Amino acid sequence: MYKYIITRLLLAVPTLLGAALLVFILLRAVPGDICEIKLGGTGLYVDPAEIKLCQDKVGLNDPMHVQFYDFVTSYLTFDLGESMWTGRPISYEIGLRFQLSLQVAIMATLVAILIAIPLGTISAIRQNTWIDYFVRTFAIAGIAIPSFFLGIMIILGLLIATQAWFGEPWMPPIEYVSPLEDPLANMSQLIWPAVATGYRYSAVATRMTRSALLEVLREDYVRTARAKGLMEKIIINRHALKNAMLPVVTIITLEFAFLMGGLVVTEQVFNLNGLGNLFVESVLNHDFTMTQQLVMLVVLIFVITNLVTDVLYAWLDPRIRYS
Amino acid sequence: MTRLLEIEDLRVQFFTSEGIVRAVDGITYHVDAGETVAIVGESGSGKSVSALSILRLVPDPPGKIMGGKVKFNGEDLLQIDDIAIRRVRGRDIGMVFQEPMTSLNPVLSIGRQLTETLEQHLSSNKVEAHARAIELLGLVGISEPERRLKQYPHHLSGGMRQRVMIAMSLACNPKLIIADEPTTALDVTIQAQILELMKDLTRHMGVALIIITHNLGVVARYADRVNVMYAGRIVESGVAEDIYHRPRHPYTRGLLRSVPRLDQPRGERLEPIFGQPPDMTQLDDGCAFRPRCPFAVGRCEHERPDLEAVGPGHESACWQRDELDKGVAA
Repeated sequence: MYKYIITRLLLAVPTLLGAALLVFILLRAVPGDICEIKLGGTGLYVDPAEIKLCQDKVGLNDPMHVQFYDFVTSYLTFDLGESMWTGRPISYEIGLRFQLSLQVAIMATLVAILIAIPLGTISAIRQNTWIDYFVRTFAIAGIAIPSFFLGIMIILGLLIATQAWFGEPWMPPIEYVSPLEDPLANMSQLIWPAVATGYRYSAVATRMTRSALLEVLREDYVRTARAKGLMEKIIINRHALKNAMLPVVTIITLEFAFLMGGLVVTEQVFNLNGLGNLFVESVLNHDFTMTQQLVMLVVLIFVITNLVTDVLYAWLDPRIRYS
Repeated sequence: MTRLLEIEDLRVQFFTSEGIVRAVDGITYHVDAGETVAIVGESGSGKSVSALSILRLVPDPPGKIMGGKVKFNGEDLLQIDDIAIRRVRGRDIGMVFQEPMTSLNPVLSIGRQLTETLEQHLSSNKVEAHARAIELLGLVGISEPERRLKQYPHHLSGGMRQRVMIAMSLACNPKLIIADEPTTALDVTIQAQILELMKDLTRHMGVALIIITHNLGVVARYADRVNVMYAGRIVESGVAEDIYHRPRHPYTRGLLRSVPRLDQPRGERLEPIFGQPPDMTQLDDGCAFRPRCPFAVGRCEHERPDLEAVGPGHESACWQRDELDKGVAA
């Protein structure tokens, strides 16, 4: 098993290299660069010499192989280089937002698990009853409602409800507080985006839990468990759910990786300064160095999440053994 | 002999999109304490469904037990509540299923699957259950039981898994074991081993056995009494000796003639039963076997024969039952 994990980590190297090459080329295939945006963004005439000076400064005029070499070495030394836009170290910019994005992703995942597994299970056990219909509608609604809309509704709902009950409106804090400093303030800010995205992403997992469990409940070994006179609770929890969890685990871990980099709109709605915002900004600004390192970070998160998923598989199903 | 199990006029139907399937259509039989009763029939004859119905394990929907009684020690299992039937399952009546490959849970260890029955019914603690599990594995002839307990079903061969299933069914010292085609999925040599094991254990422990099979060799060798099923009904019933040597129903006769036998001259042609089993959604008032029956008479068209005695403890449901008496050593 350890050997397998090490092999997988080594295999991540070509994956990362491929991603690096791809993002490097794609960024430069897009017309325009950061200096034109910085200097020419106002629409006024800009001296081409000035643009050239700027390009020299951020390294855009270096030969391609030198630029790529700088990119890769900065990645390998964990130095990550400097942002072309702000001039500050990229590691500082990412570090500022990573904690928040990670926390929201973890909380959203927990919300999704807490919604999906119990609801999916009850919906499968009570197939074609009103509970089942309710859960399925609830899940479909989760897919259908955009999370920015849900986010706005949550904020409005909070304002209206607190106004009605306590006499004055309350809104989640705007400034980010680290959970280590003030857990309560931190929670009162981040629980709402976590619920908004967690609900959305529980929807697929709920339906997956339901259908996987329905399938497993038809298996011979569930009949055997019944014939042994086990309690229904044990049949579901011990015999059926463990078998039904494989596809659900895949969905949940993949969504987690996705949340780490793709939480753009929700961050806007809740005024969070996360990786998603940084990503969009750096792409719009043609901030090559920043975008490159962000892509590499997301790729790394996906690689690690996939590995964790595979390890979870082996833990859930003893038939799966890696070598 | 005391009557352990009495099934009276059991009827089970399946409600499918093609119509209502009368899978079990009024069967009556009994099992005495410690005896082995075989239920024989081809696929779709309702033999498995009738066995699952004893423990109310027929999936509902689409299946539904429409009527009848299943008296176990005088108590009707179809009337008791869900908690009471759960106490009977696995404790008083054990089951062994056809497919040892799929009947054991692939993600739970053998030990877990063995001990959970003990914990459920006998409230055994972990140490007692573990000791009993080792004893059970020894009983069914599995070597190194200590090591096997930690293994998973995919580590074991088909025969081994079926031994584990048998150990599981014996865990709480049941009075009856229902074995639903226990050897169909196994190699021929393993089949014999498993059947011998079941015979030895049930005789030794005084457990009654219902064995469901389509293999007449199994019947001849292991069963005390035999019920032959066709289209959801019992068409012939009697001691194994009578069924094998003096069949009094054309279907039983056909079954016996369609399999090779060591006591027949070599080179003798086998006689298949022509035609197909009937569509169970379209049964009429006549005898269900008549389209395939070489002995059919006009009466079979619209009158269904009931089981009637043709000898001591021997019954047949056929209008021609007396004609079949003449010169048929099958």
